[in-house]
Amino acid sequence: MDLRFTDEERAFREEVRAWIDANLPADTRERMASGRTPTKAMQVDWQRRLYDKGWAVPHWPVEWGGQPWSAIKRFILSEEIQSTPAPSPLGFNCNMLGPVLVAFGTEEQKKHFLPKLASLDLWFCQGFSEPGAGSDLASLKCAAKRDGDHYIVNGQKTWTTLAQHADWIFLLVRTDPGAAKQQEGISFLLVDMKTPGITVRPIITIDGAHEVNEVFFDDVKVPVANLVGTENRGWDCAKFLLSNERTGQARVGASKERIRRLKLIAKEAPGGARPVMEDPRFRSRLTDVEVQLKALEMTTLRVLADENRQLSRGKPNPASSVLKIRGTELQQAISELYVMAAGPYGLAAPNDPEADGRNEPDIAQDWQTLAQATYFNWRKQSIYGGSTEIQKNIMAKAFLGL
Amino acid sequence: MDFDLSEDQRLLQDSLSKLLKDKYGFEQRKGYMASETGWSREVWAAYAELGLLGMPFAEEDGGLGYGAVETMIVTEQMGRSLTLEPFMSTVVMGGGFLRHGATAEQRAAMVPEIAAGTLLLAFAHTEPQSRFDLHDVATTAKKDGAGWVIDGRKGVVVHGDTADRLIVTARISGARRDRDGIGVFLVPADAQGVTRRGFGTADGQRAADITFDGVKVGAEALLTGSGGGIALVERVADETIAAMAAEAVGCMEAAKDLTVDYLKTRKQFGRPIGSFQALQHRAAEMMVCLEQARSMAMLAAMMASEPDAAERRRQMRAVKVEVGRNARFVGQQTVQMHGGIAMTMEYAGGHYLKRLTVIENMFGDMDHHLAALSEEGGVFLAA
Repeated sequence: MDLRFTDEERAFREEVRAWIDANLPADTRERMASGRTPTKAMQVDWQRRLYDKGWAVPHWPVEWGGQPWSAIKRFILSEEIQSTPAPSPLGFNCNMLGPVLVAFGTEEQKKHFLPKLASLDLWFCQGFSEPGAGSDLASLKCAAKRDGDHYIVNGQKTWTTLAQHADWIFLLVRTDPGAAKQQEGISFLLVDMKTPGITVRPIITIDGAHEVNEVFFDDVKVPVANLVGTENRGWDCAKFLLSNERTGQARVGASKERIRRLKLIAKEAPGGARPVMEDPRFRSRLTDVEVQLKALEMTTLRVLADENRQLSRGKPNPASSVLKIRGTELQQAISELYVMAAGPYGLAAPNDPEADGRNEPDIAQDWQTLAQATYFNWRKQSIYGGSTEIQKNIMAKAFLGL
Repeated sequence: MDFDLSEDQRLLQDSLSKLLKDKYGFEQRKGYMASETGWSREVWAAYAELGLLGMPFAEEDGGLGYGAVETMIVTEQMGRSLTLEPFMSTVVMGGGFLRHGATAEQRAAMVPEIAAGTLLLAFAHTEPQSRFDLHDVATTAKKDGAGWVIDGRKGVVVHGDTADRLIVTARISGARRDRDGIGVFLVPADAQGVTRRGFGTADGQRAADITFDGVKVGAEALLTGSGGGIALVERVADETIAAMAAEAVGCMEAAKDLTVDYLKTRKQFGRPIGSFQALQHRAAEMMVCLEQARSMAMLAAMMASEPDAAERRRQMRAVKVEVGRNARFVGQQTVQMHGGIAMTMEYAGGHYLKRLTVIENMFGDMDHHLAALSEEGGVFLAA
């Protein structure tokens, strides 16, 4: 057991840091540092730079643009991106669909889509949830009927994140309503968002942001060539995709960056107030979150270091379930600390032209008005990607045999 | 970065696990607890035979030259079985003071005896007023010719009732709460002026209240080490925190396993209670707590040998807070999910809660370390 980073790993971290410093555009850096999400243009531009450097999808097979790196080295890259902070490669493309295509896609699909996913030439969104299918995802109803060389898709998806930016969508659809088990009649399709019959309607979340959407399908024609894997076996792809999500969701690097920034902010004395950092109760809460984050960082590294063995064991490390549950709890806890630090000026809604944009920019400092918006927005984290309760159901069954 | 145990380390783990399976059933443990010493000399001899008692000492001193990872492996196994022997007092704490503070001659004289199981040590530090502050020392050591005279009172000296020698902190100079001026002395337990009153602790172990009334020791009794008395005390305290973090993980894992087994077998309303989601989610949360604590025990084993003392202290405080938090949850839920049976002395479940509670409160509780850590700038210092 040796928990130190090797000299090579340390040197790589320095290399990554220097490269990000030299390549991250100033406006992207500034927007990210203020705690906002990147604009579409910023995301596309930054991911293109990562792609050209060979760093957009290091976890993919080398033949599809990956790197022959250890899990720890990949962790260092993603931690540095998060802690700058710079935009992370788009999860829908790189962590969700990409690995599914590598595992289940046809040679043509791989050749056509994988490079475009990595470079973000095509922006994908995820069509899983429906109004009636949330935690019970397998009860989904959005239907695809075979008609010659096409499927005809009818139904609705919801909570579709950034569908307003997306060129394509990957969809779970019901292709066999008569299957004995509801998991057995589902297929995985790739659909061009420009296909006639698709309507995107924004959903404004409680923070005032337009991040998620409803997507309606009305007799949408999808070529059969866009089926991924076997018809009616789409649930295999979905399970594979969801189980790949976990390590990423801990987002330790991002949380460390948020804490570093919070410590600086909390030492300020806006309007002559006593800096909140001088309040022992605030400081103690902050330290308590740091302690938990340190433990999560160690757990993340344990899971990563164990990755090769996991593959041969065919079963995830029990510690991996911790990552989604504690990772999201801690991100939420940090968002609460920002609200506390902001104080009364945190009551002002943010001036975000992409949200309602009604407030004047000088009502309060950016970080103050963003504090509550982020806090509200991040309540989603313990809901999406399998809610905390669903994670615990999985743990009870898979690891505890209950 | 590598979290794996070596072949030798696995062997160590397996052989101790086997020994404890054989000698430390819950009923056997009850017998040891009821004996005069409150623990088993026979098990202690078996530890000696296995090499556990000389483990952390350098080979030239008569030890095995093992490090904090091996200690972690051993105390984790001991935690699983809720062992009662003075391993922490003699080998981890006593051993730490000898390694970092004693002369080569002192080590040559004592290490072989410790390794053979014939010499027991205890750390006499806590005082009635000191609570968790390591620098709060009212006991005094005054120059007496070439030697020293020690006066004062130490409480809750774990295994102080059976120890052959005591490692005693005493103030050489300065005011009661000064960091400077603390000496660490090696005192024979039967020295003139030492009075010991043994008592049982909440977890079924033994401790002593010890008074020092004009106790004379020679010049060589003062352990030096680098950085003066408080630095030595803090270094050993940190190594002990690491060892106890692993012991807590052993307790938590055994308690979790016991609880999950019970959930599968206990029936109410015509079905196993483990089929109820309220209990499933709490069992899953126990597992989350266990894994977070295990991560911190590993961090502690790594940081135990960190040369930067301030950095080591800060990380150990984090270990103490996080292990304490998770240990409390697992201990309490072990009792809650069992129901009445774990409220009884006859069942192991409640004993895990007891030991975990004692560990939580040794060398500083969560609030103590959280307050200190936040004063020191937190876990992640600004770059």
